[in-house]
Amino acid sequence: MTTTLVIGLDGHESGERVLDYGKRMAGLIGDCELLVVYVVEWSPYSFQTPEENAQRHKRREEEISLAMARVVDPALAKLKESGVKGRGVVRHGHVADILNAIAKEEKAEQIIVGRASSQGLVDRLFGSSTSTLVMSAHVPVTVIG
Amino acid sequence: MRKIFIALLVQIAAIAVIGPALAQESMTLDAQVNQMFAAVTGPFVSFIFAPIPGTSFPWIVMWLVVAASIFTIYFGFVQFRFFGHAISLVKGDYSDPNDAGEVSHFQALATALSGTVGLGNIAGVAVAVGIGGPGATFWMILAGLLGMASKFTECTLGVKYRNEYEDGTVSGGPMYYISKGFKQLGIPGGKALAILFSIFCILGALGGGNMFQANQAHAQISGIVGDYPGWITGVIFAVVVFAVIVGGMKSIARVTEKVVPFMGIMYVAAAIIILAVNFDQIGWAFGQIFEGAFTGLGVAGGFVGALIQGFKRAAFSNEAGVGSAAIAHSAVRTKEPITEGVVSLLEPFIDTVVICTMTALVIIITGQLIIDPVSGNYMLDGSMIATVGGTSGVALTSAAFGSAVSWFPYVLAIAVVLFAFSTMISWSYYGLKAWTYLFGEGKTTELIFKLIFCAFVIIGAAASLGPVIDFSDAAIFAMAVVNIFALYFLMKLVKQEFQSYRERLESGEIKKFKG
Repeated sequence: MTTTLVIGLDGHESGERVLDYGKRMAGLIGDCELLVVYVVEWSPYSFQTPEENAQRHKRREEEISLAMARVVDPALAKLKESGVKGRGVVRHGHVADILNAIAKEEKAEQIIVGRASSQGLVDRLFGSSTSTLVMSAHVPVTVIG
Repeated sequence: MRKIFIALLVQIAAIAVIGPALAQESMTLDAQVNQMFAAVTGPFVSFIFAPIPGTSFPWIVMWLVVAASIFTIYFGFVQFRFFGHAISLVKGDYSDPNDAGEVSHFQALATALSGTVGLGNIAGVAVAVGIGGPGATFWMILAGLLGMASKFTECTLGVKYRNEYEDGTVSGGPMYYISKGFKQLGIPGGKALAILFSIFCILGALGGGNMFQANQAHAQISGIVGDYPGWITGVIFAVVVFAVIVGGMKSIARVTEKVVPFMGIMYVAAAIIILAVNFDQIGWAFGQIFEGAFTGLGVAGGFVGALIQGFKRAAFSNEAGVGSAAIAHSAVRTKEPITEGVVSLLEPFIDTVVICTMTALVIIITGQLIIDPVSGNYMLDGSMIATVGGTSGVALTSAAFGSAVSWFPYVLAIAVVLFAFSTMISWSYYGLKAWTYLFGEGKTTELIFKLIFCAFVIIGAAASLGPVIDFSDAAIFAMAVVNIFALYFLMKLVKQEFQSYRERLESGEIKKFKG
C-alpha cells in the first residue's frame, strides 16, 4: 500500500528544506507519494465590500492558479526530477485546519511543514499556524527548522 | 437616454452651485441648496406619498405591507419555519469545503447588512418614535417580521437570475431577474420594468444611500463640534468616497468594513447596558409601545400616525421589498439560490426587530419624549412629540444615549460617520449596477456615475433634514413599487425552487457538511 505524506508549503525558503526532507522520507519508505499542499489563508467570516464579493470567484481562481504556478508546480517538478511520486493541491482556509483535514481525507501517515516563517504580534499572541497544527493534528507532524 | 438622465442629475447639482449666485446675499448657501432641492424633488415626493383617497394613509406603505403579508402567507411563514435553517447556513454547516474561498453566506449577509444597518437604525427610528410615538415601534417590529418574507423572495431571485461574465465576475439584482424572469414566463414588458427599476435605483442610491447619510453625518458632527456649514462636511465626505470608489483605495473601505460591525456590536451592547440598568422600566416601555400602537397616545394622526411612521421607517431601514439586498446577495456562488434567500431573511430581523427596537426602547426608557402629566399622552410640538432637548432625528438618539452614558454621544458620532460611509459605499455599488445595466459596462460610463455620486454627497450634507428625508424615502420606495410589482409575477418561480429544496432537505439529499 502506498504511504502518503502531506507536505505543507507556504512559499518561503524553508519550503526547500521541507521538500528535501519529504524526498528523503519517501526514499526510506519506498512506496510513497508526497502530497504537496498550499493553503491560501481565508476566512468565511471576514467582511468584504459588495464589489469584492462580486469579484470573489475571479480572485479565487487567480489565487489558485498563482499558487499552483509559483509554489506547487515547481515543487512537483523537483519531485519528478528526483523520481519521487507527487501530487499537488491548493485550498482556501486556515492552514492548520486544512492540512489536518487533508491528512485525514488522504489517510496520510504524517504532515511535514516548515517552522513558522513570521513572528509578528498576532503569532506571538495567538500562536503561529505551525504551533496550532502541532497541537491539533490527528497525525504526527514533523516541523523542519 | 444616458445624456437625458445625466442632464437631469446635473441640473439638480447645478442648482446647488449656480443658485447661490442668483439668490439674495442674505440667504446662506445651505438655505439656498435646501430651497432649490425641495422645489425640484417636490412633485416626485408628493406622488410617492399620496394618500389613499378618503384616508390619510399613504398608498406606498400599504403597498409594502400587503406585499410582505402576501409573501409571508404564500411561502408558509418561511421566516419562522426556516429561521433555524438560516442560522445553520450562515454558520457554514451546509457549505461544501471544496467551495472554500468563494463568497460565504456569512459574508453575503454581512455585506448586505453593512448597507442597511446604519442611520436608519439610529436616526430613522428616532424620527419614527419622535413623530409616531412609542407605538410606532410595534408597527416597525411587525413590518420587520413580515419584511423577512419579502427579502427571502427577492434575494432568491437575485442569485437565480444573476449575470455571470466570462471573467468570473457577477452582476445581479432586480433589473436582471425582472428582465430574465418575465422572459422565461413569456410575460411582455420585463425589460421596460427593469429599466424603470434601474432609474429608481440610481435615485435611491443618490438619495437614501447618499444624501441622507451625508446629511445625518453632518448633523451628528456639528452637534459635537458646534454648528458650521454643511457643505464643508460634504466636501470632506465626497473626497473620501471619491478616493474609495474612483481612486480604488480599498484600504479605506476595508478598514470601514471591519470597524462597522464592531461599532454595530458596541451600539447594541450600549443599548443593552442602558436597558439593563433601567430594567424596572422595560415593562412600562413595552406597555407604552402596545398602548401607543393602538391609540397613538396623543401623537399626530393617532394610531394611524404611529402605524405609518413605524412601517415607513422599518421599510427605509431594512429595505425589504426594495430590491437593494438582491444586488448585494447575488454575488454568492451557490448551487441552491433558495439558500441565499433563507439567509437574507435574517437581515430584517437583525436590522429592525433587534437593532431598531433597541434604539426605540432607549429613547422611550430614558424619558426623552415629554409626557403630559395630566392626560398621560405625549405633548406635541407641531406635528412632532416634544422632546427634552427639542431634538429630533439622530440628535434625539444621541441625547437618549447621552442621558445614560455621558460620553456615548462621542462614540455615536464616530459610529454614525462610519455607518454613513459604509452605507454610501454599498449604495454606490447598487447605483452603479443599475447605471451599468442602463448604459452598459465600461470605465467611462462607471466614472460618470461615480462622479455624480460624489457631487450628491455635498448636496446631501448642505440640505436640511426635511427635504432630504422626503426625497430619500420617495426614491427608495419608488424602487419597491417596481420590484414588488414584478415579484408578484415571479414569486411562483421562487415557490418551485423552494418546494424542490424543501423536499431534498427533508429526504436528506441536501446534507450538512459539518455540525
